[in-house]
Amino acid sequence: MIEIEVLDLEQGSTIKPINTLVFHPDRCVNCGICLQVCPHRVFAPGERRVMMVNGADCMECGACQKNCPANAIKVDSGVGCASAMIMAALKGRDEVNCGEDCCR
Amino acid sequence: MPSDYASDPIPTVARLGREERWDHAKARLGFDRMGHHVRPGLYTLGSTNSESKVLVTANYTMSFDALRSALEGRDAFLLVLDTQGINVWCAAGKGIFGTDELLRAIAATRLAERVEHRDLILPQLSAPGVSAKAVKERSGFTVKYGPVRAEDLPGYLDTGECTEDMRRVRFDLRDRLVLAPVELRNYRWGLILLILAAVLVPFYGLMAIILTLGGLFLFPALLPYLPGKALSFKGMVLGALLVTPFALFQTFPTADLVTVIAVVAEYLLLVPWVGYLALNFTGSTPFASRTGVKKEIFTYIPIMAIMSVSGAFLSAFGALGVVGGWL
Repeated sequence: MIEIEVLDLEQGSTIKPINTLVFHPDRCVNCGICLQVCPHRVFAPGERRVMMVNGADCMECGACQKNCPANAIKVDSGVGCASAMIMAALKGRDEVNCGEDCCR
Repeated sequence: MPSDYASDPIPTVARLGREERWDHAKARLGFDRMGHHVRPGLYTLGSTNSESKVLVTANYTMSFDALRSALEGRDAFLLVLDTQGINVWCAAGKGIFGTDELLRAIAATRLAERVEHRDLILPQLSAPGVSAKAVKERSGFTVKYGPVRAEDLPGYLDTGECTEDMRRVRFDLRDRLVLAPVELRNYRWGLILLILAAVLVPFYGLMAIILTLGGLFLFPALLPYLPGKALSFKGMVLGALLVTPFALFQTFPTADLVTVIAVVAEYLLLVPWVGYLALNFTGSTPFASRTGVKKEIFTYIPIMAIMSVSGAFLSAFGALGVVGGWL
């Protein structure tokens, strides 16, 4: 099993992932659905399997993982919203949800 | 929970009228936040038959209206899911626009009896909540992800394909600025306090109001042009830029010690404030990841806290000094 983690190239580090996206190319069946659902062009078409070309732009929405039929993509998906996280922390809840003031 | 799905198809039209525009204006301004929903169910646009395409959306009025107004002159079924009045992207992120709700909608509207084909066109941004594979297995319907934006639907429907551009989220000036009025509403109590403060201490009150409005309107406008990657950092830069004219006004050409203390305190209090407003904008952008935002919170909240506390102490020190007569 090959695991490719997204590397923080800007910092020149080879071990520090900047998000939780992990692609297992060995499992990829080249169906291309990740190319369709990703809003940030993280993946690109390849000859026998797709290629992860832009991992640093992943916003962890989870669309690729949810739709990949081969479990080739893993991402700890969640909502990148500071106010929701701060609100959840203040109210002692784990997960954030839509309320009166947010996310309509 | 009992389903509120309309059991029979409801005719609708593509052209939006004054009522819809009024509803959108209220939604954009943050009025009646929970009230912008349409009844979930199957809607018919034009003259539909069993071959008509089925497009799926959320039951937030602006989602539904974006979809139907993009389909002017076309015949189609619109399957509106019960997303509790939340837009496609936010509802999908929380699983409310999800596989289960889609299956419920298909069953509740008896869609399988109304169309011969088995294709559903979903907005691309619903994909975080929907598993196309699970929908296929459990209902026989094939999910096809259409473009991100409803306005690109005519092109997609004509060609059956999305261009690269249609698949990408954008965050243009208009997209960014349209969010500001809702933010203004979210900070309304703070702003009312600042207006009261401005009556007592006009200079400082006005400065705080301008900085807050700067954080809410100027920040989204200038987002791509502010230096740095973290939104908090960009916000702090904007805060410093906005305080500077006031600081120059106070210290030019000369300044006594009290003024210098006041100016330093202004930077210490207002720079993190705009930074905080900017940090809270992360959830409005289409590119902040949870990992990134967590990291940003842990990096910048302590810095902002230290700055604010120091600023508060310095202000108190200065005020006491002036009142006590030893500054």
